[in-house]
Amino acid sequence: MSDVEFSISFAGPLVTFQDIGRPGNMRYGVSASGPMDIVSFEAANAVLGNETKQTAIEISLGGLILQCHEGSITLAITGGDFLIEYQGQKISSWTVLTLQKGERLSVRAGKSGSWAYLAFSGKLNVKDWLNSSSTHSTSGFGGGVLKTGQKFTLTDASNQENRIGPILKPNFYTNDLIHAVLGPQDQYFMNTAIKIFSNSIFKVSDNYDRMGMQLTGPKLELKSALSIPSEPVVKGSIQVSGDGIPTILLADHQTTGGYPKIATVISSDINRLVQFRSNQSVKFVLINSNEALQKTRKFLDMKEKYLEKLSISRGTLEQRLMSENLIGGIEFNS
Amino acid sequence: MFHHKSLTLINLIIMQNEKPKFKAIADHALLITFSDVFSEAVHSQVVALDNSITLDPPQGLIETVPAIVNLLVTFDPLITDHLCLEKSILNNIKNMTNNSSKGTQRIVHVCYEEGFSRDLETVSKACGLSKEAVINAHLNENYNVLMYGFSPGYAYLSGVPKDIQVPRKISAVRDIDAGSVIIAGSQCLVTTLKMPTGWSIIGRSPTLILTDDLENPFLFNVGDTVNFKRIDLGTFEKMNKASNYV
Repeated sequence: MSDVEFSISFAGPLVTFQDIGRPGNMRYGVSASGPMDIVSFEAANAVLGNETKQTAIEISLGGLILQCHEGSITLAITGGDFLIEYQGQKISSWTVLTLQKGERLSVRAGKSGSWAYLAFSGKLNVKDWLNSSSTHSTSGFGGGVLKTGQKFTLTDASNQENRIGPILKPNFYTNDLIHAVLGPQDQYFMNTAIKIFSNSIFKVSDNYDRMGMQLTGPKLELKSALSIPSEPVVKGSIQVSGDGIPTILLADHQTTGGYPKIATVISSDINRLVQFRSNQSVKFVLINSNEALQKTRKFLDMKEKYLEKLSISRGTLEQRLMSENLIGGIEFNS
Repeated sequence: MFHHKSLTLINLIIMQNEKPKFKAIADHALLITFSDVFSEAVHSQVVALDNSITLDPPQGLIETVPAIVNLLVTFDPLITDHLCLEKSILNNIKNMTNNSSKGTQRIVHVCYEEGFSRDLETVSKACGLSKEAVINAHLNENYNVLMYGFSPGYAYLSGVPKDIQVPRKISAVRDIDAGSVIIAGSQCLVTTLKMPTGWSIIGRSPTLILTDDLENPFLFNVGDTVNFKRIDLGTFEKMNKASNYV
């Protein structure tokens, strides 16, 4: 157990500290924030034996390069398919490694995915706001944005050689379709708009950040130019502006808004959706709220079982090979 | 038979406008809508239901979010579902009495000095009033906290008097300081962050909406009444803690 200090040699935009988030404050204009892809975030913590809600670093496509100045620490990298460079080796994400004093770790955008997670076997010393270190990107409240040239420290750092190696990826997590429930303001849309919504292929635009993901594709026409009173919104709300362009609201969304919402992405599918990149196709499948509930319950159950497996220390290389074979044999049906 | 004299405002509305509409949102929320259009009576229903649910939260409730005509209720999908929650909330609505208390009265200090009120002149010209008349009109009103939105601590207050109502600007102005008192249409807002705004800036407040108090981190609750109190520059400087905002 010792202290570790990192300096940030390079941080792209939107690299932030996040814990599981601060639900319960939407009534005050505060969205829950927290990781964009909760499954990957929790996996990075679980594989180190951490509490899954513990603070980690969310890395955007901009990338992050860290230098370890003091101490040594085991860390885990999950999320999109990012490129890791460490001690002259190039490895892929979903891996656990130990960084020693003087060593450098680079995490850069790879072939796919938009967000990577870097969790540590130790406690990051970061600022809390409303009992959470999650960074609300537009206000900067919470742990904050990582910036080139800054330093950060950890306490209770440990080396866990028995946890090093590749991380089993979740395989209930690979479907390309995005499930959504109609509404709550579908009544304001032309019937054709709802057909277009569920039959067309949209694409992720460049206008994508922690607040929301704007899509390109066919216009979703409203019945008439209207002004509805601002209504509460949730993460996953698909709001459509007057020009017919849909935007999916995400972790740092505004809490109320006056644009009608044609549909809402179910919570379990948001984790996959956020890993899409600009120009990637999005195909929605409309389901009813009961089907959504069943899907999410199944998903949460599979996620819990998966995280439990990850959290078990893997022991020696031999034991590890054995257990990975065993885990690999288990089927997750989604 | 109903005794009309004893009918509360809320009962009246429930009778007149059909029942509130429940709409399922995805796998984890319900939206309860009292009307398609704003009125004070509709909003007080939203606040009353919000209070009633908060006082006696149903199992699995995560949070409630009051807005202008509706209330959002989010829940843990592992504990409850849309139907269970709807049943439970219908019960709240049935038992709702006219407890549409005005909420707590809050005082917000505001300094209208020139450096803080870049749009006061434009507003006064648009309304055909002197600057002092605009200020007095702004001060002489009770405001009602309608909802929060846009950014942490951005509380939308209704009640800007007709005489000084101006539309939103065509385009937003960048980097408006935290603590700015801004108006558009019938609404007024005290900003908590340096942000762009298309509203008219008429003053600056040292009153923190994002308090430093962990127990009560936000000054207002939706449903509270707000009054503005004028202060001079010297008092503003003494009171100003706006720099406490991160």
